[in-house]
Amino acid sequence: MGDFKFPYFFDYPPYFTLQPVQDTREKQMQLWKELILRYCQHHKCFIINLEQEFPLFQNLSIQRKLSFEAREMFLAALVAEGKAEWLDKAHKKCLVLWRSIQEWSEMILQLVRDNAMEDGVLTLDEIQSGDESRGTELAGIDRFVLVRALKLLEQRGKAAMFKGKAGDDEGVKFSAS
Amino acid sequence: MGSGSRWAERLLESGALSESGRPLLGPGEVECQLLDGVDIEVVDSGVEGDPLRSGLLILTNARMFWVHQHSRSAFFLPLSSVSRISAPRKGLKSVFSSTLRLRGAAAAHSSVTLLLSFRGHASSFDNLVSQLGAVLQSRAWETLPAAAVNPSTASASTPSSHWNPSRAGVSGILRKEQEQWEQTDKNLQEAFHDLNALMGKAKEMVLLADKMRARLLTEGSASGSQQELHDLLLSVGIASPVTKESAGALYHQQLSRQLADFVGSPLQSAGGMLALVDVYCLFNRARGTELISPEDLLQACDLWDRLDVPVMLRRFDSGALAIQIKSKSDDEVVARIMRLVGDLRTGVGAREAAKCLGVAPALAKEHLFSAEARGFLCRDDGPDGLRFYTNFFKDAQFP
Repeated sequence: MGDFKFPYFFDYPPYFTLQPVQDTREKQMQLWKELILRYCQHHKCFIINLEQEFPLFQNLSIQRKLSFEAREMFLAALVAEGKAEWLDKAHKKCLVLWRSIQEWSEMILQLVRDNAMEDGVLTLDEIQSGDESRGTELAGIDRFVLVRALKLLEQRGKAAMFKGKAGDDEGVKFSAS
Repeated sequence: MGSGSRWAERLLESGALSESGRPLLGPGEVECQLLDGVDIEVVDSGVEGDPLRSGLLILTNARMFWVHQHSRSAFFLPLSSVSRISAPRKGLKSVFSSTLRLRGAAAAHSSVTLLLSFRGHASSFDNLVSQLGAVLQSRAWETLPAAAVNPSTASASTPSSHWNPSRAGVSGILRKEQEQWEQTDKNLQEAFHDLNALMGKAKEMVLLADKMRARLLTEGSASGSQQELHDLLLSVGIASPVTKESAGALYHQQLSRQLADFVGSPLQSAGGMLALVDVYCLFNRARGTELISPEDLLQACDLWDRLDVPVMLRRFDSGALAIQIKSKSDDEVVARIMRLVGDLRTGVGAREAAKCLGVAPALAKEHLFSAEARGFLCRDDGPDGLRFYTNFFKDAQFP
């Protein structure tokens, strides 16, 4: 995983000014949404906190940064598209789903198949950072996202989550069908 | 003075003297010439009497005084009563002295002739005579208040008010000018007072005309009376709504054309566009007196749509108004801006655009905004202010 490659327009100052002209703004938003997703995917970043600095939203070499209004607007656009979710009512914390929950759940199934764990049991920790997931995209997955994905699998009858004994991590049992 | 001079008291009027023996002059009365050692005697008039000897003759612009300092007596003759002056007949007297005959009406006598004689230098007397001639010709006493000619009849209770030392000489002339000035000022004030009354009436007239105009707007039917009303309004000078619909009131039409003609050359030198406020100033300055109001200007510009003129009124999104040469189309302006913006690194601000387009920075800004609105430019709101770049968003893609 090398350095993230920023696109050429990331060095153009207007990229960081919220464009007033409607058509231009829409195009700008498209570019930013895509950029956010790519960046987050590269860095395995799941949460963006609007009240904190996020390295993507500024370019020190041209001395520009996105305004709060712009950041909020772009994230809201992602949420509207279903590619992100607000984690709080105040819309300050945003969960970026550069992979959808559906996709995550598919990846888990793939992991299970790859490791012949049908009918097996895994703790959530193991899925997040165990040997099985090392080298896959699942490594480092956000716990919240993982649970959501497993819940989806539960609905499909592919898995069943359970709480461990006191102090133990949550686990999930997979079923072959 | 002996009893033989009683004639003087009968024929001439007594002049009041100040404490220092100077005659009291009336308002506006100014001394013109003095000559000492003049005799006056009455001749050929059926009046007997000894001459008044060796007095000081004082000529003012209204009277001729003869003052005898020693006896503190003074007589004067209003110049208005002098009908004729003439050179003396050759006689013994004229050999030794300069003389002058004065003919006029005095007291009960319709015609009296006085002889002035002077034993001194002939040139001094000649001066007096020419002065007298000048004063008689100017008839200054006609424009002076009556008291100047006859101060004894005026209230003599305050002699100092009649005689003012500042009336003599240059300061006297200046004082006179000042008084004239003040009088003019007073006249003007009175005139304006009347003007204000006129303005008040005018307001009522305008109200009446507005009422009639409103009536015209509501009633649309009786075209005959409408035409009459419209003509009446037009003659009063108020634009009628009827004609506005058709081609604009005649006044505004003419004004509109005049404006279009006028604005051509300033537009050229300003790079094809001028802010409306600038045109307002330029146009009124050129007109000099009959200035037009902002509303008139706006109406005149609006009329250009219907007239075939090479200029147009431009309304920017921000609300700013400008006058533009029609041929200077927006596309040409945009093309010039785009050439300027070519370098993507620094962008274009209002100042650079103004220089490139040859217009004022405020107008250049408007051009930039309109190019942005049309999608040619995008903006950067940075620490250096607003700058514009080519709209790279249009074709931008992830590599």
